[in-house]
Amino acid sequence: MPALLELDHVGLSYHTLSGEIQALSQISFSVQEGEFVSLVGPSGCGKSTVLNLIAGLLIPEQGQITMQGLPREHSVLSVGYMLQKDHLFEWLTIYENVLLGLEIQKRKTKESLSHVDRLLQEYGLWNFRFSHPSQLSGGMRQRAALIRTLALEPALLLLDEPFSALDYQTRLSVSDDIWKILRKEGKTALLVTHDISEAISMSDRVIILSKAPACVRCEIPVFTVLTDRTPMQMRNAPEFKQYFQQIWKELNHDT
Amino acid sequence: MIPDSSAQQSFLRKHKKRQQFIRLMRLAVFLVFLLLWEVSARLGFIDSFIFGSPGQVYLAFRTLLLTNHLLSHIGITVFETLASFFLVVVFSLFFSVLLWLCPRLAAILEPYLVVLNSLPKSALAPLLIVWLGASYKTIILAGISVAIFGSILNLYTSFTEIDPDSLKLIRTLGGKRKDELLRVALPSSVPYLLSVMKVNIGLCLVGVVIGEFIGARQGLGFLIIYSSQIFKLDWMILSIILLCIIAMILYQAVSLVEKRVVHTCGADRS
Repeated sequence: MPALLELDHVGLSYHTLSGEIQALSQISFSVQEGEFVSLVGPSGCGKSTVLNLIAGLLIPEQGQITMQGLPREHSVLSVGYMLQKDHLFEWLTIYENVLLGLEIQKRKTKESLSHVDRLLQEYGLWNFRFSHPSQLSGGMRQRAALIRTLALEPALLLLDEPFSALDYQTRLSVSDDIWKILRKEGKTALLVTHDISEAISMSDRVIILSKAPACVRCEIPVFTVLTDRTPMQMRNAPEFKQYFQQIWKELNHDT
Repeated sequence: MIPDSSAQQSFLRKHKKRQQFIRLMRLAVFLVFLLLWEVSARLGFIDSFIFGSPGQVYLAFRTLLLTNHLLSHIGITVFETLASFFLVVVFSLFFSVLLWLCPRLAAILEPYLVVLNSLPKSALAPLLIVWLGASYKTIILAGISVAIFGSILNLYTSFTEIDPDSLKLIRTLGGKRKDELLRVALPSSVPYLLSVMKVNIGLCLVGVVIGEFIGARQGLGFLIIYSSQIFKLDWMILSIILLCIIAMILYQAVSLVEKRVVHTCGADRS
């Protein structure tokens, strides 16, 4: 069985009038179905560029991206994307916001609508479905944004620092919350973050990128002795500190 | 409801008193002005032939209403203003959307729009009259010409200032340029459109009056020019006052619409 997602020597440069800037060089890694993988790297190393390539918003100049063995553009699997801010539109209700993707793709069927209803009910937004985004707390807004993404039933979920716009306390509880939802729905996720603790607490595997032009420096699988693992508990796990130091060292390797 | 504390109550009382005072003083300024005008005209401090007086203006109002179809003058000016306002809104929306959809076209046309916008549009009115003849259509066009270029530029700018991440969201949900326009650009620009409209209603009135100055047989602009030629200065002052009132009513109507729309859809971009 080929990996759900595979990047094979992917490279990309940005072209500006002042010259060519190589953003990524020879990036290779894969994500298996059901895995939660984090990408960490120094800021400005091109982490978000990797997500844009996987989402199909950018086309790689070298190498190729495959999903279950098929080239990205021929794959029938859909990719969900969660941005830094929730970008819920104030002129729509929560329900309308959540249905945005289905409406754009003209996929509003009986099944898809009942799927959305179930998500809203299960994750505590049902009573707020006719509210406007400004009436919700930061955590609930991020949850609504997640449901908007899940409504399209993506095989792979890309998370581009989705918690960085929140304050620290909300951030801890929201990342715990989102992680549990993703586990429950059995989703594969790829998280981009510059927060080492967040990466360790949430993921099964951490991929560390080098400075720009980014390439994969190393991959660190995260194991724990904990039996029921959640991001919140993982922060107190005995292995946590060790992983933190290992990743810290790898990140600061060049300097 | 918990009853307000006494400090809160006294704060509210003070606030209400202040608002009442402001309203009262506004009315007082107006009445004192009218009184001074009337008194100084009667006592001969000012020449009432040139400066008129409130009493004379009122008499002029009565005679014009009865004899010279004042209502039809008012009606035609209001009609021309509303027509040019409506057309400005439609055309400026159309062209700003077109520019946003074709960035290359926008880049090509930008200097022309800037030049046309900074041109004193009243200079165009005589040309329009010569080209198109003295009809109400020309007057409407004069009204449009004053407002349209600034309106296009402002709306286009509001489109270009949309958070790129909102547009990215639409693309990650599988949307195309059309979806970006219908689901983000247009709804998020509603408050801008309304504030542009508030400016436009005044500008259209300016354009229409200029048009009427030069080539019309009807309307308040015509009445001003006509009364200056026959030296009926109280007619002229009356027309100016009527223009004042029309401008105020039109502006208030647009801002009422604005308040209602912004209130119901609470559109903001954050």
